[in-house]
Amino acid sequence: MDASTRTKSRSKKPQYSRFTQQELPAWKPILTPKWIITSFVIIAILFTPAGLLCLWASERVVEIIDRYDDDCLPDSYSTDPDSFIQSNNTNKTCVRTLKVPRKMTAPIFIYYQLDNFYQNHRRYVKSRSDKQLRDPDEADETEDCKPINGNDDGPIVPCGLVAWSLFNDTYKFFKGNKAIDIDKKDIAWESDKKYKFGSNVYPKNFQNWELIGGGALDESKPLSEQEDLIVWMKTAALPTFRKLYGKINTDLEANETITVVIQNNYNTYVFGGEKKVALSTANWIGGKNDFFGISFLTIGGVCFFVAINFILLYVLKPRPLGDPSYLSWNRNQGAQ
Amino acid sequence: MAFGRHERVQFSKIYSLSCFRPSTRDEHGQIGQKGYSRVVYCNDVDNPEAVQLRYRGNYVSTTKYTAINFLPKSLFEQFRRVANIYFLVVACVSFSPLAPFRASSILFPLLLVIGATMAKEGVEDWRRRKQDIKANNRKIHVYRDHSFSERKWKDLRVGDLVKVHKDEYFPADLLLLSSSYPDGICYVETMNLDGETNLKLKHAFDFTASLHDDDSFRQFKAVVKCEDPNEDLYSFVGSLSYNNNQHPLSLQQVLLRDSKLKNTEYVYGVVIFTGHDTKVMQNATDPPSKRSKIERRMDKIIYILFSTLISISFIGSIFFGIRTNRDLNNGSYRRWYLEPSRTTALYDPKRPALAALLHFLTGLMLYGYLIPISLYVSIEMVKVLQSVFINQDQDMYHEETNRPARARTSNLNEELGQVDTVLSDKTGTLTCNSMEFVKCSIAGVSYGRGMTEVELALAKRKNVEQLDAGNTSNISDDHAVKSRKSVKGFNFWDERIMDSQWVNEPNSDVIQKFFRVLAICHTAIPEVNRDTGELSYEAESPDEAAFVIAAREVGFEFFQRTQTSISLHEFENGKTVDRSYELLNMIEFSSARKRMSVIIRNAENQLFLLCKGADSIMFEKLSKESQPFEDQTKNHINKYAEAGLRTLVVAYRPLDEVEYKTWEEEFLNAKTSVSVDRDSLIDAAAEKIERDLILLGATAVEDKLQKGVPECIEKLANAGIKIWVLTGDKMETAINIGYACRLLAQGMKQIVITLDSPDIKSLEKLRDREAIAKASRESIEKQLREGRSQIDLATSKSSSVLFALIIDGRSLAFALDKSLEELFLKIAVDCSSVICCRSSPKQKALVTKMVKEGTRKTTLAIGDGANDVGMLQEADIGVGISGAEGMQAVMASDFAIAQFRFLERLLLVHGHWCYRRIAMMICYFFYKNIAFGFTLLWFEAHASFSGQPAYNDWYMSFYNVFFTSLPVIALGVFDQDVSARLCLKYPLLYQEGVQNILFNWPRILGWMFNGVLSSMIIFFICKNSTIHQAFREDGHVIDYEILGVLMYTCVVWAVNCQMALSINYFTWIQHFFIWGSIFFWYVFLVIYGYINPLWSTTAYRVFVEACAPSPFYWMTTFLVVVSTLLPYFLYRAFQTRFHPMYHDEIQRRRSEGCEEVSPGELPGRVKDKMDHLSERMKHSHREI
Repeated sequence: MDASTRTKSRSKKPQYSRFTQQELPAWKPILTPKWIITSFVIIAILFTPAGLLCLWASERVVEIIDRYDDDCLPDSYSTDPDSFIQSNNTNKTCVRTLKVPRKMTAPIFIYYQLDNFYQNHRRYVKSRSDKQLRDPDEADETEDCKPINGNDDGPIVPCGLVAWSLFNDTYKFFKGNKAIDIDKKDIAWESDKKYKFGSNVYPKNFQNWELIGGGALDESKPLSEQEDLIVWMKTAALPTFRKLYGKINTDLEANETITVVIQNNYNTYVFGGEKKVALSTANWIGGKNDFFGISFLTIGGVCFFVAINFILLYVLKPRPLGDPSYLSWNRNQGAQ
Repeated sequence: MAFGRHERVQFSKIYSLSCFRPSTRDEHGQIGQKGYSRVVYCNDVDNPEAVQLRYRGNYVSTTKYTAINFLPKSLFEQFRRVANIYFLVVACVSFSPLAPFRASSILFPLLLVIGATMAKEGVEDWRRRKQDIKANNRKIHVYRDHSFSERKWKDLRVGDLVKVHKDEYFPADLLLLSSSYPDGICYVETMNLDGETNLKLKHAFDFTASLHDDDSFRQFKAVVKCEDPNEDLYSFVGSLSYNNNQHPLSLQQVLLRDSKLKNTEYVYGVVIFTGHDTKVMQNATDPPSKRSKIERRMDKIIYILFSTLISISFIGSIFFGIRTNRDLNNGSYRRWYLEPSRTTALYDPKRPALAALLHFLTGLMLYGYLIPISLYVSIEMVKVLQSVFINQDQDMYHEETNRPARARTSNLNEELGQVDTVLSDKTGTLTCNSMEFVKCSIAGVSYGRGMTEVELALAKRKNVEQLDAGNTSNISDDHAVKSRKSVKGFNFWDERIMDSQWVNEPNSDVIQKFFRVLAICHTAIPEVNRDTGELSYEAESPDEAAFVIAAREVGFEFFQRTQTSISLHEFENGKTVDRSYELLNMIEFSSARKRMSVIIRNAENQLFLLCKGADSIMFEKLSKESQPFEDQTKNHINKYAEAGLRTLVVAYRPLDEVEYKTWEEEFLNAKTSVSVDRDSLIDAAAEKIERDLILLGATAVEDKLQKGVPECIEKLANAGIKIWVLTGDKMETAINIGYACRLLAQGMKQIVITLDSPDIKSLEKLRDREAIAKASRESIEKQLREGRSQIDLATSKSSSVLFALIIDGRSLAFALDKSLEELFLKIAVDCSSVICCRSSPKQKALVTKMVKEGTRKTTLAIGDGANDVGMLQEADIGVGISGAEGMQAVMASDFAIAQFRFLERLLLVHGHWCYRRIAMMICYFFYKNIAFGFTLLWFEAHASFSGQPAYNDWYMSFYNVFFTSLPVIALGVFDQDVSARLCLKYPLLYQEGVQNILFNWPRILGWMFNGVLSSMIIFFICKNSTIHQAFREDGHVIDYEILGVLMYTCVVWAVNCQMALSINYFTWIQHFFIWGSIFFWYVFLVIYGYINPLWSTTAYRVFVEACAPSPFYWMTTFLVVVSTLLPYFLYRAFQTRFHPMYHDEIQRRRSEGCEEVSPGELPGRVKDKMDHLSERMKHSHREI
């Protein structure tokens, strides 16, 4: 008896627990025909209305897009757009008329759209100094901005290629002869204005370089209030992008004609880019976006199709349960 | 390749290490020369000459690292992996402007991964260190300053005199001086060295045996000259000079460290080897490192990924070069906003080739996410945890020996699921190696009514009707006998012998002599249990114990042994008398001699030589005349062998005084000679006396099959695993054992290859070696070809006849020859079972090697003894049985189990699971990294291949570490396709591993393709749905930051849901890890978004402010995730319908309720438990 208790206390028998014995309660779903069909049906049921909803929402968005870069180039310069855009003496004002197809309810967002413009190029994206933008004491932090970092007059604020290439076309909108107010407030993200661009950082030495890139800045306004710059410096993900220019806070009625007076300053000719101005309303889904709804519908449709096929398959040719003769190695062994 | 070389080195090592190395006896002459230069000044540690020798102390360290070298050494180990070097280089380059990310974000995961691995190494080493500290601080009595005082083990020095008490371990290798016994013997248990539990006898020299009291050591001075430290446990060469005399030392005088003093109150000894010089430490080598096939294939996948990485970087850089080149257009710069006129070489349109080259390096870093940095460390962690599960499995715990299964290495877990051929030892592996005396043949009469398991199997085979009437009655008796009395090692029952009835037998004098020989001619030691007064025996082999026990049960109880005598209680004329026999000489057993003899003088002053040995030798030694029952005995021996029993022949010879005297002189001379040919001298002397023997009879002991062996073998065979048995037994025994353990079945066609043909035998008589060899080879070739044609014939008729190949050791030697090997292997592979009998340890290893290299499939060798070590190390997986025969096999093994039957669970359950887990884990690992890495490439294509990553640096660094790694680990540790019960019920499931269908190239490439597909779906849906319009009601558009978050969210969701979709086993752990990882991504995004924007840069408040309020963001996530999963789901839906895998079938059966436990059938665990209980009850009955 003594010996047995002693051996017991020294027993190396593994302790029983559901964990160590790998017997934890588990949910073991498997792909039964029921599951397969149900999941395809569910996806189809979810996606089809979602797609329709998105399409409907997208359909309700009214969008006016106008490409103006070519049309705003005087014919005399059509072979040499470069000299037109780089000259200080050419008249860059350009007038476009747009027709409102349907009623647009405020707020109407004004965008400029650039094409073939690589704001996501590594050299471009890196060429900025976040420190400098936040803090006037860090104005010298321009290492990343080269070559647009400074000159004899001191560091450039804001430095770097991004700021330097600031978009500088301007738009004015008229309904008949009456100018439409453009609200340029709150076109940038709140957090950018508050935390990334200092309210006590003022542009310095900007566009003062031998090469002038894009637009200039008002040196009396702190960066946090230069919303155009903030919007521009939020680099776009893809080479075709829109950026918010402003908002129109009045409704535009259907079939109204709007005149846009454009200052065509920004050079996209040299790299073969396009410039567009876009007016768009937005709802819960954002702007006009048919792809989204179509995708939903496509996936829903595919699933519906597959579900039907599987149902037919299982109704017409149900598979006998667990027949191991399906297995390849069984067949091989039989042949031996 | 380095790996291949490593393996070869291992192989060559086996033979030099193992015990069957011939001992060279000419070594005594070399003392003092190279390799034999050690000098020990006994009891004189402060002798200036001794100090000068600077032998190591007794401090032992088994740790891999020390505090100082830990960092460099473990780092070096880490960076031996190609992938880690790549990441290190990337981390170094990341400080240059080439890097697409911040250096810290590259360094962090690398440091984390390296740190985790190093921490694991450190913890393991710390455990070893703690053991070392314990060992080093054990206490020992050491003679210093003329008295014995207690000191720590580590303070011992060479030459110290120590006193070791009963049941203490020897602290170092000692030279035995004297013991509590007057004749200076002591008993030693060497369990820790070779695992043998029997006691070994050690002798001190007569002239030192008198050293006893502390005072006598005062004057004791001696010098030992001996071999240098080496790992050979079975030889020792040295000499002791004492009082100006030289005495040769042998292993008889050496007590090895870590063995234990037994049955002896105390011994005195001199330290000759300390610390790492001791034999046990010299033997402590790590088990050979083996790598699994999956891991080797994984390396290839890594190479594929590396080439993918290089090629996409290359393509990227070409495009980048073109784009950059195009920026310079007839002297004017096109993309002016990049300011190409003043740029570094990285983007210089004037030197596009250079820019492209540099970009290539950037690309290598950018797409580095294709190489899963955490793969190795994850796999390692997973395997360790898998091993824990193997160790913890209650169903592989053996109650009787108190031994759980042990995974000694975690490298090979998944290899367990791919075993194609099992090569098994027989004795101790299939059988218990606890011998039971069941039959004997005395004076030509066979005694013993018991039926062996083999006989039962034979009976089944031959149909019951054919049995003679006498035997059938025995079967019914059998149970009655067993319940009446049960003695371990004794399963003999015969009313003619037992209960002293033998005296009434016609040949009672022969019977008396027979059992007397069994009681005297052995090396066992009696042990009296103090509490019960019961006698038990410590014997060198279980056979021997069985004989002594049998003699006792019949009435010849051996109860005392001294150096010179053996005493028995003998039953004579109806009463018990004590008899003592003077033990004059003992000629020990050796595998070459195959016999042992003792020469005794009885009370009547008669001299006898008592001898027992293998039949093949013994019949030659019998005297030519008057062997009245030689033929009957031979007959019986053959019958016994057929019944699967081990037989020995027992004989004796009366000696006359004169002959003995002359012989003894010669024998003593031979024994004391130190010349080269001492062994052959002894053999020659023995040969002279061991002749003209008079036959008494033969014994038969049964080596019982282990519990559950036939069932296990049947299961393994059903699982499609081929089983080869490699045994040293006779062919008949082997075949019968084969039937008993269901390796051979009734319908099987046997192809027997042997050299026992009359032609060869007649050639052998001519003793022309070359002719024999030539004829043998031809005969083997002919037999092999015949076998081949038989198989071909059966195959062509497409009949389902199964073949079994049986080959004996001598034929094997020829069959393993280069020219015949291929033919042999081809036949062997086509046979469902193979038995190699009479095979030597070396042949076992060679066969293993041949199977491994010939079939290129996974081999598993299982064995329990030192003779299996070569085989275990040669096989892909070595499984040691931690049974009675010691720990040597276990030490050389990768897995240790207590019983053969656990192999079933180890392979079919754990092996299958581990294989599946690791295979799926690796596939999934590559999937998730490709899915992620390729989104970067697609984004690149839209960023003019400039090397701008799509995501924030830290999202990427955390990808492998936090957002996707834990679910994979959960998969690797916990996933089960079907439960353990079903794994065992459907053994064919195991073929998934053997055929490697979960990790074949189509599947791997399929997963990779799925990864690329996922990345495309993710990127292109994200891109097209967000292209330029507003994504919120307030008119904001998607920018670089938001697209990054959106895509990354989709990736995290998609890969985690892909995981959820591809497993079908969810415990709370899987749920927690999968959904937790997704949830953690959002948590991370929120927290990271609130860190100072200088740190979080593009992630600053991006989720809270921009993404979370936008329904578009959530809907895109939903759309993308569903679309990404759809291809795989469709594939699986079609697969389960049209081409289901075996586990799909079983899962379906289970889910449809076909696999409920029927009320009649108890689950395995409960049944086992009940078996145990009933067995325990039986035991307690016996004790009462």
